Order: sequence, then C-alpha cells, then structure tokens
Amino acid sequence: MNTKAKNENPVISLDGVSKWYGDFQALKDINLEINLKEKIVICGPSGSGKSTLIRCLNRLEAHQEGKIHVSGVELHETMKDVDIVRRDIGMVFQNFNLFPHLTVLENCMAGPNWVRGIDKKEAEKRAVAMLEQVKIPEQADKYPDQLSGGQQQRVAIARSLCMEPKVMLFDEPTSALDPEMVSEVLDTMVELANSGMTMICVTHEMGFARQVADRIIFMADGEIVEQNTPDEFFNNPKSDRTKTFLDQILI
Amino acid sequence: MFVDTVIEDKSLHKPAFLLGLSITVLAFFFAFNFTNTIFGEFLSPVIGNPQESGFFGRLVVSFVLSIIFVLNLLLISFARLKIQIFIVWIELFFLFLAFAYSFDLELAYIFIGEPSKIWLMISKGLFTTIYISAVSIAIATAIAIVGAIAKLSNNGFAYAIASFYTSLFRGLPLLLQIYLIYMGLPQLGFMIDAIPSGIAALSLCYGAYMTEIFRAGIQSIPKGQWEASRALGFKFGLILRKIILPQSIPIIVPPTGNQFIAMLKDSSLVSVLGIWELMFMAKKIGSKDFNNLEMLLTAAMIYWALTIILEMIQARIERKYQQKA
Ligand SMILES: Nc1ncnc2c1ncn2[C@@H]1O[C@H](COP(=O)(O)OP(=O)(O)OP(=O)(O)O)[C@@H](O)[C@H]1O
Ligand SMILES: [Mg+2]
Repeated sequence: MNTKAKNENPVISLDGVSKWYGDFQALKDINLEINLKEKIVICGPSGSGKSTLIRCLNRLEAHQEGKIHVSGVELHETMKDVDIVRRDIGMVFQNFNLFPHLTVLENCMAGPNWVRGIDKKEAEKRAVAMLEQVKIPEQADKYPDQLSGGQQQRVAIARSLCMEPKVMLFDEPTSALDPEMVSEVLDTMVELANSGMTMICVTHEMGFARQVADRIIFMADGEIVEQNTPDEFFNNPKSDRTKTFLDQILI
Repeated sequence: MFVDTVIEDKSLHKPAFLLGLSITVLAFFFAFNFTNTIFGEFLSPVIGNPQESGFFGRLVVSFVLSIIFVLNLLLISFARLKIQIFIVWIELFFLFLAFAYSFDLELAYIFIGEPSKIWLMISKGLFTTIYISAVSIAIATAIAIVGAIAKLSNNGFAYAIASFYTSLFRGLPLLLQIYLIYMGLPQLGFMIDAIPSGIAALSLCYGAYMTEIFRAGIQSIPKGQWEASRALGFKFGLILRKIILPQSIPIIVPPTGNQFIAMLKDSSLVSVLGIWELMFMAKKIGSKDFNNLEMLLTAAMIYWALTIILEMIQARIERKYQQKA
C-alpha cells in the first residue's frame, strides 16, 4: 500500500521524452519515474545520452517532446519559475564548477543567501554544517584552486546541499579525479545516500552502484535499454548490449 | 609569462656581434651626417669649423658618436635589470629633450604672462580635458556593459541594435562622429552644446570598442560557471553581477585601460568644436604669439604625464587582481 502511494507521486517523472541536437536525436522516448529517497545509477557507453538525460531534469537542456514533471511541476519552455524548481534540485558536475573568485565558505553561502534570502549568519551556519558533513570544515577560508580535486568535489556537494535540495543529480562526479581521490568522494556520496537523499548518479563506479543503488539504468543510443536492481543487473543482464558493456567495464 | 631559468650569453658580450653592431652604428651615423649639429660644434677643437670639415669631420663625428653609443650599451649591459631599465629611460628622455631643444624654442614663453601660459593650460585646459574624459569614460563603461549583454543575448532586437551600434561607431572616424553629432543633431531639432556633443561622441565611440572588450571578457568565462549558477537557481542578472563579471574583470582591465588612455588623447579631437581643452588652448595661445611649438610641446608633456598616471593606476589594478587569482 505504501509503495503504491509513492508510485502515484513520483518526485520526478518522464513521459515519452525525446530530445534532439539539430538533426541528431540524443534522447528517444524516455519513460521513467523516480520516487522520493530512491537512488538511481545511470550508466552506458559514451555518447549514449546520460548527461543529456539528467541535464533535462533541471532544464539545463530543453527537451522537445514528452513531459517532465519535477515535484508535480511540469518543465517547459515558457515556464517562468524554472529557478524555483532548480533550487530543489542539486547538481554536481564532472568538473566541479566551483566559483573560483569566492572562498569555499562563500561558495556554500551564495545559494542560500542570494536566492533563498537567508541572512548571512544563518547561511554561514548552514555552510559550516555542510562542510563538516563532507569532512572539510578546515578548508572553509581557502579558494577552490587551493584544494585538491577530491576536496573541490566535496565542496561542490556541500554547496548543493546548502540549498536543502529534494533531489541530487551527479554527472560523473569522480571521472575528473585522480584515482586516489575517487574514494573520498564516493564515501561522501554513500553517506548522503544513507541519510535518505534522493539521488540520480551518472557514474561508472560499479562498486558504488552495487552498494547504494535501488535501480540501475543502462542507456545506449539515447534509449533506456534496461533497468533493474543491482543484483539482477550484474548477475543476470538481459540484453546483449548490457552484457557487452558489463564485460568491458568489469574487467 | 615564463622566463626560462637557463641564462643565455648576452649577445652584446660576443665579440663578433659587438663588431658587427659597431660597424652598423658607424654606418648609420655616417649616413645621417651629424657634423652640422651640436655634436660637430662639440668636436670643433679636433675637426675645426664643422661646416668646412668635409669628409674628415664627418668621419670623426660619426666615429666618436658610435664609440659613445656602443660603450654606453656595453656599460648598461653589466647593470642589473632594474637599473638598466631606469638608465635607458633617462637616456631616451634626454634624447627627446635634445630633439625638442633642437627646435630652438623660447621655453621661457610658457612661463610669462599674467596668469602664465602654463598655468592657463593647467587650470583651464587640463581641467576641461580631464572633465570630458572622465565623464565619457563613465558613460562608455555603462554603454559597454549594456552593449555586451545585448550582444550575448538571444533577443533579436537587442542583438541587432547592439551590433549595428558597434559596427557604425567603430566604422566611422571619431572626428567625423564629432562633427556629425554637433552639426547633425540640431538638424533634428536638438540643440546641443559643444561640450555635451564632444562627450557624446567620445562615449559612443569608445563605448563601441569597449562593448567588444566586455563581450569577449564575459565570453571567456567557462560555460560551467553559468551552468552551476543556473543549477543553483540564480537568475541572469545575479549570475552576471556576482559570478561572471567579477571573474572577467582581470581579463577586461588591461584592454580597458588602453581604451581609457586612448580616449584621453582622443579627447583632443573635440578641440574642433572650440572647447577650451588642452589642445585647443595650446593652438589658440600659441598661434597668437607665433609660439606654436612651445605650446604644443607643453600640451604634449601634459598629455604624456596624464597617461603615465593612468598607466600606473592600471598596473596597480592588474597587480591587485593577479594576486587574488
Ligand atoms: N550541445 C550539443 N550539441 C550537439 N550534440 C550534442 C550536444 N551535447 C551532446 N550532444 C550529443 O548527444 C549525444 C549524447 O551526449 P551526452 O553528453 O548526453 O552523452 P553521455 O552519455 O553523457 O556521454 P559521456 O559518457 O561521454 O559523458 C552525444 O552523441 C553527443 O555528441
Ligand atoms: Mg556525460
């Protein structure tokens, strides 16, 4: 009964979504529902449309066909309040995209202070708390380029969390990192997952997927080829493309 | 810029180079014949009357000059970098003075009169020049920000207007713009004084150049900065003000400083409207007493001093932003 009620109210739903870049169709008729507190991992070969898909969820990209609803609000081009939807969706990028002219603390205070209208003191308190959560409170007064890649990515996570989002999107958050820094970022994400955050992660870190994902979505050529629980996905892949992909990635 | 840590031999310290240089310099001095200048007079104990010294005099003068020149280079080459720069500056400055001195000027002229001419130049001309330039710079900066945003927007009207504007005002000579504004606007029924016309022409012209500078500065900020800001729910104005412009300032400042300096000097063009700025006063006062060059040189020195001050301010701002980056 409980699950059914949830399914009727997914936090994000895509209904026949297609997207083109010029003549090239990057997303083909995507149907997907994501519930509150669900952890989704999206994987697939390069160019399969993973980034495009999650960038459509906060409308960094526009889709041309179908419907996307976030918390019941439909995303479309004449929508005036897209900024309000965006405040509820945190996003972490491959290249961190921290604001280099602001300190770590200021990076984290910017959102709450400038767009949520929270006063500076309160925003700072929240920023410090989030920096503690990602375990780098001591870096608060440094500038981003004084930090290692792993630290920068954790700041980026803290910056998003300061907006108290309902959903967090991750686009290959560890791909730009040196190998020894990957785990510190993944640990942070696992903790976040355990705290009950709704997460949609594009990643090829299959250990992470196994550990936290409720569902793994495999994409190829702009389509969702297969989605399943981690156990089923890894042990019993249905399509040939998934098998090939897993063979390549799990060597 | 990266300065290599490997020190190369100074070419000046290689005998072959030194010899070649000496011969070239000697040929230069010989070709341009300095016998009839102050140098010839100076050497008259050796060569006799410079006018009658002929080939011998010419050779001696050019020989002495080239020795002085090459020795000077050689000596400077042993000094430390800062001292080298300082000495070369001083020497070039004295050469410039010597050049001015050779005009046979009556320098006392600028100090006589009640009030003295130089005081008139500074109190009225300099003041007007600074006033016109400062106001134009402020307006041009405002135009540039609006123009840059318009050029980057996907609003057809904004883009069309901004690109037409930059094309037109970068495409016409400034002097022509000044005339067009001063004489054209009254045709439309707007009476406009000389100073406002001058300011309008300077602002519009430099606003067009600076629009391009600001546009390039804004565009040089990586797309990820916009995306991260958008993802946090920032609106366009906020992103520009708090994220993009602060980061483009270090990129915008050096070329903008150049524009300020250029505008300061181009403000002399508004003298054609009879505005009592530096250039106009220099011509006006000088021509009355047939001391044109004295006054023009005075104006030249004042312009130069002003640009040096601007360059120093620019260097200071650049240093400030470099430290932070
Ligand atoms: N701005 C764009 N203009 C044109 N084509 C684009 C654009 N962005 C992406 N594409 C194309 O859309 C397809 C999907 O791109 P996308 O970035 O979503 O792939 P991806 O699955 O995230 O790949 P990767 O693993 O390399 O990040 C690719 O073929 C890409 O070339
Ligand atoms: Mg991608």
